[in-house]
Amino acid sequence: MAQTKVQAPFVEGGGGSSFKNLLINGDMQIWQRATAATASTSGYSTVDRWQVNESSDGAITSEQSALSTADKATTGCRNALLIKCTTTDSSIASGQFSYLAQGMEGQFLSHLGWGTTSAKTLTLSFWVKAYVAGTYTVGFKKYDNTAYFLPIEYTISSSNTWEKKTIEVSPTSGSTSLITGANGAFDQDNGQALLLTFGLAWGSTYHGTSGTWSSGTHFSTSNQTNFLSSTSNTFYLTGVQLEVGDLASDLEQVPFDVQLQRCMRYLEMIVDPRSAGTGTLSTGDTNEGLGNFVNYNAQYAYGHFDFKVMKRSESPNLESADGSNYFKYFNENTSDLVDVVQNVATEGHSGIQVYLDCGSSAITQGNGGFVRVNNAAATLLVEDEF
Amino acid sequence: MLENATKIKKLKDPITGEVKTIQIFFPGKRLFVPMNEKNRWYAEIKKQVDAGTLTVEDAD
Repeated sequence: MAQTKVQAPFVEGGGGSSFKNLLINGDMQIWQRATAATASTSGYSTVDRWQVNESSDGAITSEQSALSTADKATTGCRNALLIKCTTTDSSIASGQFSYLAQGMEGQFLSHLGWGTTSAKTLTLSFWVKAYVAGTYTVGFKKYDNTAYFLPIEYTISSSNTWEKKTIEVSPTSGSTSLITGANGAFDQDNGQALLLTFGLAWGSTYHGTSGTWSSGTHFSTSNQTNFLSSTSNTFYLTGVQLEVGDLASDLEQVPFDVQLQRCMRYLEMIVDPRSAGTGTLSTGDTNEGLGNFVNYNAQYAYGHFDFKVMKRSESPNLESADGSNYFKYFNENTSDLVDVVQNVATEGHSGIQVYLDCGSSAITQGNGGFVRVNNAAATLLVEDEF
Repeated sequence: MLENATKIKKLKDPITGEVKTIQIFFPGKRLFVPMNEKNRWYAEIKKQVDAGTLTVEDAD
C-alpha cells in the first residue's frame, strides 16, 4: 500500500506558529484607554502596551488611525498608531527625547538564549508612514545583569507612503559579544527585560553607532530625523512584529479576544461608561454597575474585584476617576453619592479590595448595596505596566 | 511621570489603620499605588523623596 509522507509544516523565522510575535498588540487592535488624540508626555495614554514618551520642548499627541480599505489591504491591519507633532522643537537638547516603546517580560524571552553563545537572532518587521522622509532609528535596551543598548537606523524613502521595514537584530551585531556573554542574560521573571523603541527625536546623549551593541545609553544615532521640526509632521506605525530567526514572516494574526486578554495582563477596565468606542471596552452606559459592597461601619463600604486576567505583578495600581458625585451607592432603599473609589490593599495578581467613603454616619454597619457610575467620565481601572 | 500630579498623599486603611498605599492626585483622576518598590510609581516617588525633590503628605 502506497504511503504518503506528511511533511512538517514550514515555519518561517523559527519562532513557532503560535505567539511567535514577542510583542503584544503589534497590530494596534486594542485601545482600552482612549482612541482620540491625547497629549502624550510619559507612559501610556492611548493604545495598549505602547508607551509614548516625550521630554523635548515640543509636544506630541497619540491617537488611533482607522485605516482605509486600501491601507488595510496594504498593511494587513485595521488600525495604526498615529503620532502628531503639536508643538515644535527645532533643536533637541542633549538629554531630550521623543519615542514610542514597548517593554517585554523576561519570562517571555527565555527561549532566546541570550547570555549564552547560542543566543538567537531576532527579526523586527513593521509598517510605517511618515510625513518627513529620511533616516529614523529603532533601539533596543536589554535590562538585567548589565544593561546593553543597540540602535539601528532605517530609512523612510517617501513622504506619506506606507513602507514595510525589516530589520535583523543579531546578538553579535557590530561584532560584539556582550549579549552572548553571561551578562547578556535576562532574569526569568515578570520584570522588564527588553525594550524596543521607535525614535522620533533623540538628543546627543543617546547617540551611538548604528548596529553596534554597547553599554552606553544609545537608543539612536546622530542621523535620526527630528520629528518635532514642524507641526505638519505625522508618524504612523502598525503591524509591528519581533520574532526569533533571521527572516520576517507574515504578521501573526492574533484574534481580537486573545489580544485583549494579553493586554489585560497590564491594564484592565473595571468600568468604562464613556461614549461607546472611546476606548476598546467603553459602553456609553452611564448606569454601568461596579458591583456589590458591604458597609463595614457607618462610613465605609467595602467591595472586591476579581481580575478577569491575572496581573503581571503582585502590586498593581487602581486608577479611579475623581469628580463630584461620580459614583452612586444604592443601599438601604436610598443612595449615597461619592467622588472616588479608593483602594488600600491589593491581593496580589488576582484581585483588589476597594472601598467608598460615604461620609460620617451616612450608612448603617452591616447593610449592603450596589454601586453604579453616576457620570460618563467615571472610569475605574487596574494597571500594571512597567 | 509625576509632573501632572497635583498632590501626593499617603492613605490609611480605615479597617487596620495601616499605611500601605500612596494616592497620586491628577486632574480628574486618582491613582492608588501600593508601597512596593517593584511598583514603578512607588519606585519613582521614593527616588524623588530620597533626592529631596518631592514631599509626600502624611495620611489623615
